[in-house]
Amino acid sequence: MPNMSPKKNPMPTQEPSVRAHNFDEVALGYDEAVAVDEALRCLGCKNMPCVGACPVNIRIPQFIAKIKEGDFEGAYQVIYASSTLPAVCGRVCPQETQCESKCVRGIKGEPVGIGRLERFVADWHNAHSDAVPETAPSNGHKVAVIGSGPSGLTCAGDLAKAGYAVTVFEALHTAGGVLVYGIPEFRLPKSIVAKEVDNLRAMGVEIACNMVIGKTLTVDELFDMGYEAIFIGSGAGLPNFMGIPGESLKGVYSANEFLTRSNLMKAYRDDPVTPIMKGGNVAVVGGGNVAMDAARTALRLGAEHVYIVYRRSMAEIPARHEEVEHAKEEGIEFLTLNNPVEILGYSNPDDKRDPKNGFVTGLKCVRCELGEPDARGRRRAVELPGTEHIIDVDCVIMSIGTSPNPLIKSTTAGLDVNARGGIVVEETTGATSRNGVYAGGDAVTGAATVISAMGAGKTAAKAIDAYLKNK
Amino acid sequence: MYQILHKKSLNPTVTLMDIEAPFVARKAQPGQFIILRVDEDGERIPLTVAGYDREAGWVRIIFQIVGATTMALNQKEAGDSICDFVGPLGVPTHLDGLGKVCIVGGGVGCAIALPIAQKLHEMGASVTSIIGFRSKDLLILEDEFRTCSDALHVMTDDGSHGREGNVCVPLNELFAAGETFDAVITIGPLIMMKFVVEATRPTGIPCIVSMNPIMIDGTGMCGGCRLTLRTADGKPVTKFACVDGPDFDGYAVDFDEAMSRGAMYRDFERHAYEKTCNLFHKEVK
Repeated sequence: MPNMSPKKNPMPTQEPSVRAHNFDEVALGYDEAVAVDEALRCLGCKNMPCVGACPVNIRIPQFIAKIKEGDFEGAYQVIYASSTLPAVCGRVCPQETQCESKCVRGIKGEPVGIGRLERFVADWHNAHSDAVPETAPSNGHKVAVIGSGPSGLTCAGDLAKAGYAVTVFEALHTAGGVLVYGIPEFRLPKSIVAKEVDNLRAMGVEIACNMVIGKTLTVDELFDMGYEAIFIGSGAGLPNFMGIPGESLKGVYSANEFLTRSNLMKAYRDDPVTPIMKGGNVAVVGGGNVAMDAARTALRLGAEHVYIVYRRSMAEIPARHEEVEHAKEEGIEFLTLNNPVEILGYSNPDDKRDPKNGFVTGLKCVRCELGEPDARGRRRAVELPGTEHIIDVDCVIMSIGTSPNPLIKSTTAGLDVNARGGIVVEETTGATSRNGVYAGGDAVTGAATVISAMGAGKTAAKAIDAYLKNK
Repeated sequence: MYQILHKKSLNPTVTLMDIEAPFVARKAQPGQFIILRVDEDGERIPLTVAGYDREAGWVRIIFQIVGATTMALNQKEAGDSICDFVGPLGVPTHLDGLGKVCIVGGGVGCAIALPIAQKLHEMGASVTSIIGFRSKDLLILEDEFRTCSDALHVMTDDGSHGREGNVCVPLNELFAAGETFDAVITIGPLIMMKFVVEATRPTGIPCIVSMNPIMIDGTGMCGGCRLTLRTADGKPVTKFACVDGPDFDGYAVDFDEAMSRGAMYRDFERHAYEKTCNLFHKEVK
């Protein structure tokens, strides 16, 4: 009998007042009994609306059916057939706008907790099995993957499964891309990313760190080295700033820099080697997942007040629902319908050597109201004249998106990019304007989600396989 | 891991190392930089390429012992290895078409200026070099500059070697004597570069500066290395030293802002340096 409870089994979490002061994972995960109980809420619909809403088309009712039977390893194998990074996706996918948004149970009540079940299955597998995933016999073809973020790891994993010799080139000193430099420990423990990367290594994927493609080697040199196809998953690039006065003051960070200092360079530790501003009042400008990550990181680093400054209203906030809820519970203050116009800094006119000179003291904002919808259907923020006011802050973190990295396009002749600098691809294959070169993830779309990058990596792996088989 | 093939102390605060990094050595050009980490959990620091041997596969770095990381690096000896070494990053200094150039280096910046002077000399350009140091004890690379320069001016602040005064003294004399160049290229402390730019500005000679701001990834991801250039009409433009530089038009750079930003973590750095000092003292004991 299905479990007809209208509500999801709640996700056990650390108490907000406790977790606001540590970097341990917020969500603790279902245990076996709760997972089976939640699985029983799935009706196993024949037409599987959830599957079509998953960017990598995980066979959701099938893996949930295995959980109902208590066959957790079987459930993992079903997911793994479609997704190389289940422990990551179960934590960071925006399920409410994907699989769970199409769940029939969601019509009257809450949808099945598909993301929570995926996470449970992946964690169960990681705790109980060290079996190396099976790969097809080597086919002797070499493929290069540029970037070890979600799209690169997925593409590499799928190609390794199919028998290709894959080398992943990573610019930083650690593999994982945004999963290690961007997403904080309390949302995605780095040990989970490391486990997924080790998994790929066990499948024979070679990971070469400290290799900046476009600088250390070029795409053309990779072909000269014998790679027959190349996937570019180099990720989002330079952070955007607003172009308002004061953005060069000390205490103004891009979210990328702030998160990289804390996550990749471990500045959150008690005695770090890489500095970061801690404490005081912090304003994070933007309303995406990255903004939530930056705000919650600032709070854990010891800030007294952390504000999300967003020009639209709560209804338009693009971050995952759960992240917004977690942020609110932890005490992040949402200053919506506010648009920054200037960052103010300290300046002592009598003493040019005053050490406080040049540090942030405040953020001047103007209030907004919602106007007509824009081209993407989101209501515009319209500034209200005469409503300037100052928020007292010591640190401002700009989290308003990124522009694609110029290093590869500027060194690869014949690689077409669009007006924004994103690599142009054929949507169904990820093929670029260069023969044998494929691309996906933020390098193509600009800042987007982990799962859509994974979907692009998967699409490209399939296309590369077809390309090399017909070559 | 990247092995240290050769280590030499140039003066009590400046050390030279040749690091085995064949992929970087194959591509490195004067003006570019690398990022290294000494050990696991270490800080990423940018250092400008001071030389390379493409065939032997090493890259030369010359660094001043100013903080915890450079102190840890200086503890390593030939035969030891460091954890990470990535590059070459940034855009090489544009030297094509330059026939007569004045190179102005200050302190450890001379280490970065040298490969540029050498490359220009190889290209057949006329090279006038002005190198400045606080005192004779801190002098580096004088002989190397002599071999690649048509004229060399050595300056010390205290007059303990060469002439007394800063690098702008001979530069102003050259300009006053009607000397002209295709470009002035200057590398050194921000305050020195600012003065070189101001000395050169009235002549209208292009003045190229090499910026070395705080950096983390060095590949165009974090945005920490941003600096402001001002166009002729005063409009600010944000640039990133890691991908747009490190060389910039000196006339456009906002030096005051760059100096302010460079001091952001001064207290943290001093604390880290002192802590590392104490650590090494303990080890010695």
